[in-house]
Amino acid sequence: MTAFLRRRLILATSLFAALSLVISGCGSSDDSASGGNCDAYESYGTYEGVEVEIYSSIRSPEAEIYQESFAEFEECTGITINWNGTAEFEAQLPVRVEGGTAPDLAVFPQPGLLKAMVATGKMFPATDAVSAAADEYYGADWKAYGTVDGTFYAAPLGANVKSFVWYSPKTFADNGWSIPTTWAELLALSDTVAAGGKVQPWCVGFGSGDATGWVGTDWMEDLMLRVNDAATYDAWVNHSIKFNDPKVAAVLKEAGKILKNPKYVGNVPAIATTTFQEGGKGLVDGSCAMHRQASFIGGILAADYGATIVTPDDTTTEGGITTFYFPGVTADQRPALGGGEFVGSFSDRPEVAAVQLYLTSPEWNNKKAALGGWFSANKGLDVANVADPVNKNAVEILKNATTFRFDGSDAMPAAVGAGSFWKEMTAWVAENKSDKAVLDAIEKSWPKS
Amino acid sequence: MIEIAARQSQLEQAVSKLTGLTLTILIFAALVAIAFTLAERTGERVQRFLKYVIFLAPALLFLFIGLVAPAFRTLYLSFRDARGEESVGLENYHWAFTQPEILDVLRNTGVWMIVAPIASTGFGLLIAVLTDRMRRPGLVKSLIFMPMAISFVGAGIIWKFVYQFEPNERAPEIGLLSQIAEWLGFVPTNWLLVNPLNTFLLIVVFVWIQTGFAMVVLSAAIKAIPDEILEASMLDGASGWKRFSRVTVPMIRGTIIVVLSTITIGALKVFDIIRTMTGGNFKTSVIANEMYNQSFRALNYGTGSALAIILFLGVLPLVAYNVVNLRRERSER
Repeated sequence: MTAFLRRRLILATSLFAALSLVISGCGSSDDSASGGNCDAYESYGTYEGVEVEIYSSIRSPEAEIYQESFAEFEECTGITINWNGTAEFEAQLPVRVEGGTAPDLAVFPQPGLLKAMVATGKMFPATDAVSAAADEYYGADWKAYGTVDGTFYAAPLGANVKSFVWYSPKTFADNGWSIPTTWAELLALSDTVAAGGKVQPWCVGFGSGDATGWVGTDWMEDLMLRVNDAATYDAWVNHSIKFNDPKVAAVLKEAGKILKNPKYVGNVPAIATTTFQEGGKGLVDGSCAMHRQASFIGGILAADYGATIVTPDDTTTEGGITTFYFPGVTADQRPALGGGEFVGSFSDRPEVAAVQLYLTSPEWNNKKAALGGWFSANKGLDVANVADPVNKNAVEILKNATTFRFDGSDAMPAAVGAGSFWKEMTAWVAENKSDKAVLDAIEKSWPKS
Repeated sequence: MIEIAARQSQLEQAVSKLTGLTLTILIFAALVAIAFTLAERTGERVQRFLKYVIFLAPALLFLFIGLVAPAFRTLYLSFRDARGEESVGLENYHWAFTQPEILDVLRNTGVWMIVAPIASTGFGLLIAVLTDRMRRPGLVKSLIFMPMAISFVGAGIIWKFVYQFEPNERAPEIGLLSQIAEWLGFVPTNWLLVNPLNTFLLIVVFVWIQTGFAMVVLSAAIKAIPDEILEASMLDGASGWKRFSRVTVPMIRGTIIVVLSTITIGALKVFDIIRTMTGGNFKTSVIANEMYNQSFRALNYGTGSALAIILFLGVLPLVAYNVVNLRRERSER
């Protein structure tokens, strides 16, 4: 599920970029910085002619917004931050590290890659100041995800929430469907929609180039937190239960109730060749009713298929889409699945640590959120700075969650989390591979050591 | 103060760089001088040997750094674990030849290696022969050669649209192949999912690109056949087919072998088409793609290197055959 991260905010943001750039144009322009308002940055020290490279999978136009959020910091500290975004981040980072040209800071979209990079011995633990800031502004879960073998390496950056079902409030209102609050209700609603005959209950797309299949892993993860509990989820991710354990099989079976049911999703094998971007387009033209996807898809549907993101009570806008919470097995079970990026350091230069520290500060997080299309789990983040209704909903879900877990496939060893898990979920729909064969194959691919 | 310090450090930097540069030039000059004096003082045989050494050394050095050393490192890594830390014996090779997914990969690579070069060379030869007698072959040839200018990634994307399938029965097909199938009265299918057809559909893309290459090279070889020979065979009453199979093909045999082996090596290395069109899913992956996945995605340098070595062993006989063939031709002349 990593490839989407690089696109996640890019498109979500493009929606708001234009608007927010106008708004922020007056706020964060150079005059405020050169006006001598540098007191807030004093603690970071001042430097001269130093550059810090941040290597990331987040590219233009998102990158420009990051760059813009650094402007004041750069002006005041004298550190030039070079945001280097590439689509080949995950492949290129190991190459650069092995080749001795590691970046100063890298934005890890998945803890698995962080673990692998720490194993190379080329990374530096976070400084005490960064560690203290992470304690202060982030929950313990978040810090734990940036920690490898008891040493804290990488500070959290952005966040995202995946436990969303997208739908059109107008389609729901027109047909008299109501928002399900339990898994059983969700399946019952799917039956009702299917019985109507006009609208396909679900639309799903697993396609994502060489990362095809990550959408399937997200379904598994969300259901793992619901059918089982957080402890089982952790055991599954850490491989302290086997991948073909009956508890895991139970989850895949539940997922199959929707994903492998032609009455719900239409042509099952075609899920594998439908890209995740196209996946939700049926919501906009009303040919399907529901689409399970993280927050970023709203921006894509808006930009590519003319959707409008509305609030849930707006039942009149044609092509208006919004989200409801992917329900738990019971109504009071409210686990949340999400993801996030982490900034880890390959250099012990003081200016690199200063940048890492700045990225954990509420000041930067609020500044970045105000530029639009972005939020983080920073406790200092003011919800008022988050404009988009879906992102607001995400921040709400983060606050109300009974348990919160990160994307499990991201935390698994890359051979599984960015390899066999994707491939086998793809084969599961494309080749109608059986549940057992899928789980056995993933179990077998788990690295031995 | 700070500014002065900064300027001073700049000056220091400039001075140190300049000294470094001068030193490098001096060392180089000294080396050249030593080489020349040595060359002057030695006997003729040693001189000849030295000449080879001096002229070949830089190229050999770079060849060693860029090719030989990495090749041996890959061989070494293929017997080690994921991070290259501990020896695992032949386990990586055992893995490659027992894992069902990897067996699919090896099988696909085999199919690519046989079908792609034969089809490309076959079509190339056919077109070369057909256009040979044309008065103005330029247009046809350039149209067929054109895909050669398209990268594999670009071609992959283009052909992905050709094979596009619309799962929604009410929506119109946008894939060319699906639409053609529909016109012919067939029900279109999700082409890239049908195994083993999908491997052949990917090979079509490769053939589409490589045919132009084969055509150009073979056409040049055909042009080089002396007219007298063809005329003589005509006078002897050889039919068109006989002239082609008994005269043209034997005359250009060397070229055909070169084209075939070049394209075979290309097919063995194919990566971009697979990665753009299926990402290695649906049982279409080949060694080059899987090798990349293992090394840089699963971060298992052991299995990745083992696949690289298998690929290398696959290419080796072809290269050897080519070299032998080249030598034989040279000695014939």
